[in-house]
Amino acid sequence: MRPPLRAPGVWFVTPALAVIAAFFAVPVLASVVLSLSDFDIYAVADLRNLRFVGLRNYVELLRDPLFWQALANTLYFVAVGGPLSVAVSFAAALLVNARLTRWKAFFRTVFFLPVVTTLVATAVVWRYVLQTRSGLLNAGLGLVGIGPIDWLGDPRWAMPAIILMAIWKNFGFNMVIFIAGLQSIPERLYEAAALDGAGAWQQLRHVTLPMLAPTFVFVVILTVIGYCQLFAEPYVLTQGGPANSTLSLVLLMYQEGFRWWNMGAAAAVAVVLFAIMLGLTMIQLRLRSLDGGWQSEPRRGAAVPASDAPARAAAR
Amino acid sequence: MAGAGAGAAWALLVLGCGSPAAEGSLELWALGREGEVVREMVAGFERRHAGTRVRVQQIPWSAAHEKLLTAYVGEALPDLFQVGNSWIPELAALGALEPLDEWIGRSASLRATDYFPGILDTNVIDGVTYGVPWYVDTRLLFYRRDILAGAGFREPPRTWTAWVEAMERIRAQGRARYGILLPLTEWQAPVVLALQRGAALLRDGDCYGAFSAPAFREAFEFYVDLFRRGLAPGAGEIQSANLYRDFATGYFTFYLSGPWSIGEFGRRLPPALREEWATAPLPSPDGVKPPLSLAGGASLVIHRGTRRKQAAWQLIEYLAEPAQQLHLYRLVGDLPSGRRAWEDPALARNPHAQAFWTQLQHVRSTPKIPEWERVATKIGRYAELVVRGAMATPEALGALDGEVDAVLEKRRWLGRCSGRAGAPPHGEAG
Amino acid sequence: MRRIARMAILHVLLVLGALLTLAPLGWMLALSLTPVVDGGGGAEIGGLPQHLTLAHYRSLFSGLALGRAIFNSAVLAATVTLIALLLDSMAGYALAKLRFAGRERLVRIMLGALVIPAQVTMLPLFLMLKELGLVNTYAGVVIPGMASIFGIFLIRQYALAIPDTLLDAARIDGASEWRIYWSIVLPACRPILVTLALFTFMGTWNDFMWPLIVLMDDEMHTLPVALASLIGEHAQDPELMMAGAVLAVLPVVVLFMAFQRHYIAGIMSGALKE
Repeated sequence: MRPPLRAPGVWFVTPALAVIAAFFAVPVLASVVLSLSDFDIYAVADLRNLRFVGLRNYVELLRDPLFWQALANTLYFVAVGGPLSVAVSFAAALLVNARLTRWKAFFRTVFFLPVVTTLVATAVVWRYVLQTRSGLLNAGLGLVGIGPIDWLGDPRWAMPAIILMAIWKNFGFNMVIFIAGLQSIPERLYEAAALDGAGAWQQLRHVTLPMLAPTFVFVVILTVIGYCQLFAEPYVLTQGGPANSTLSLVLLMYQEGFRWWNMGAAAAVAVVLFAIMLGLTMIQLRLRSLDGGWQSEPRRGAAVPASDAPARAAAR
Repeated sequence: MAGAGAGAAWALLVLGCGSPAAEGSLELWALGREGEVVREMVAGFERRHAGTRVRVQQIPWSAAHEKLLTAYVGEALPDLFQVGNSWIPELAALGALEPLDEWIGRSASLRATDYFPGILDTNVIDGVTYGVPWYVDTRLLFYRRDILAGAGFREPPRTWTAWVEAMERIRAQGRARYGILLPLTEWQAPVVLALQRGAALLRDGDCYGAFSAPAFREAFEFYVDLFRRGLAPGAGEIQSANLYRDFATGYFTFYLSGPWSIGEFGRRLPPALREEWATAPLPSPDGVKPPLSLAGGASLVIHRGTRRKQAAWQLIEYLAEPAQQLHLYRLVGDLPSGRRAWEDPALARNPHAQAFWTQLQHVRSTPKIPEWERVATKIGRYAELVVRGAMATPEALGALDGEVDAVLEKRRWLGRCSGRAGAPPHGEAG
Repeated sequence: MRRIARMAILHVLLVLGALLTLAPLGWMLALSLTPVVDGGGGAEIGGLPQHLTLAHYRSLFSGLALGRAIFNSAVLAATVTLIALLLDSMAGYALAKLRFAGRERLVRIMLGALVIPAQVTMLPLFLMLKELGLVNTYAGVVIPGMASIFGIFLIRQYALAIPDTLLDAARIDGASEWRIYWSIVLPACRPILVTLALFTFMGTWNDFMWPLIVLMDDEMHTLPVALASLIGEHAQDPELMMAGAVLAVLPVVVLFMAFQRHYIAGIMSGALKE
């Protein structure tokens, strides 16, 4: 018997759905439409100044060196920062979760602390940590004999600085996920491996890593999605400089859209960003399904917070 | 259930809340340091006009331009606000500003003739005045007199050649690490030098870039050369966090800045250095033509859509009074836009300010187009790229022309080009 | 002996890691209490400050009105959390337990939408809110956050585990659907509701880009926006900025410490389902 449309379920779903439809779905579609026009400050003054220009924004975007720079910067951040962040998180998880570790909860809390701090506040603190002559980082490096690096003024070091800050801020989040994964590996697998004469290193390679593969994929997807949306760090630390070496796609979108009011061009950037994120996610999912070992769909859905609150709360 | 009721009531209450602007109070947005001190100043206004309250909101310069435009789009502009005068063409094109000619004409206290012509001109778009200059800004040299004297120069340099020679000698003698600090992403320095060379930044009715023209290229090369010769550090914008300490320790000798630095240097430099720095008008390229600088400054403008134009105008008149202009000067170091205020001994006998007085007689405005801020940012960007060695000058200027042409495309489509090919640069003064 | 050596190495690494992690935060705290020397213009690191001062905090609250920003952030975060809890739990429950046509298709569509970054919506959303007159209002910040796909799925995942028999029994007894939701489902979902509340509250508290765009007035600014605005003007005053950062960070850290178990459990439960 088909459930009637006037079922109470519909009423329960409607408020949330209405909000999401009105304030999420509609703007997304509107963005696409906006990207096909040359909506700008003149158009804000007088709508008659608006023109539909088809794909011209995209063509201009492809010709804009600033776009390519932003794209390169974002991909640099994702490709370098992502794996580094995952590696650091995994290492921390291994350390915290090790059998011999005491005061597990304390260390877990400490490592997680940066995750909950407000991103802007952190960026403010790091702006001073990264100062060339009076910053904490260079002071610390000086102790081990490394000369002062102009983190925020040298185009070669600015993005690494931001990567460093992002890793510091985020590694606790993924660490917790890894810990959960580690704890779900049955002890007997390790015992069996030990009986076979496997040392710690081999246990890691042959028991831990394979069992954790789904977790790795999950964490990497999460991290990549979050990192593609890099905005607050360059906004507070460098405003995209020096020499636009930290200009990210979202920052470019913000500048085009809210500084210059080139809404058409900014919407095009947003759409391109979405396409890239979608592409990266599909690639990773495809790679994973090639490996085999899918869980059932609804469960995956519950655990992939892409752009919403927790990604904002914790990962960003 | 009671909890739910309370929750619902809370939510409705919060959702109903809007901006807490009280009825009958005038809303003023002020930028930067002025924003912080103007609250003191409006207290006097409130006393004089009992019943009018003024709410001041301070906005940092770095975010001001985007905040103003966002507010315009969001229909949340205040009654009156401060703007950098290079933004006036943009806001006027949007129809956000109230034309002020009539108000000025009818005013008993405010006279158009009182203002520096070059400065007032920046507020006039297509013959209509949109703003009242609040304080003036132009760029000139701040320098360490002792370092310069030590290298054998009693007087500040008058020509570009002498200037470079002075900096070279200072560096050779090890008196300072660098000759001049030029923040990399700022466009003011290359543009000032270009204006001095007589370069028109845009051509054909301000609808195309003219950056590949010889005049601009020479000025640009001069600018880049300062870095190449090691006379200016390749420091970025963030490095200016240590500006005052670096000036004090002789990290650099010259600094291109505006009047606010008079106040800032006075406040932040150690007392021992108080006598050791001075201001001087810019050197000119050949020593013959008077040295030009930027006609900068901030103006007060009235939002066209406000219902409190009368009150807003009264506040402008108040702030334009010589007494208030001097008050601002004493608080922040901003130089008055009205010439009457300059007769006060505080300024007439202030050597730092006098250099500005001289320079202000020879100022030129940047092209008065809505897209100027964008164009300026691009100039700064390409300047930085060339200085960092990422691009060669001809290539960079060609690319700059291309980008600027693209930015101005809409302007051409709208038919706003004045159509006078080869028109002289705007804002010719003195 | 090997065991002791391994323990030692392990703990040395952990302590080192903890120090590196806490260093910036500790420095932040220390600087915020340091009096300004020599007209300012650059922080020096040279051991502990001679004496501590609360001057920076005082000036933040008085002249620079950061107190108002804290109030705004708290009010907005609380409001969004309350509304989101309601809307998300209703929808999550419905998608888990109530049957209606198109339910599974809806689930799949919403799943796909998770990949869309929020930034794609911001420009048109701003224009939309402008037409509605909601720019520069609390509502402008609250409304887009009132429901989230993530929240819905979080609840749904948990609600799936509620035994159907319980719900059916209530229906047979004549309870209305709303009563069932209110009296059975919500209490059963308490742990996940706490988690969602935490995520939502902290997410809204920390949110930066959207309030930056939508709120114009100083008085409406949330804490992150106020902080960013502050550093635009006071980059030369590190001690002051650090104090501001401490104020921004303290509430969420306290909240986190108090509710650690729930917060981390929430993340782990999501991960475990993987």
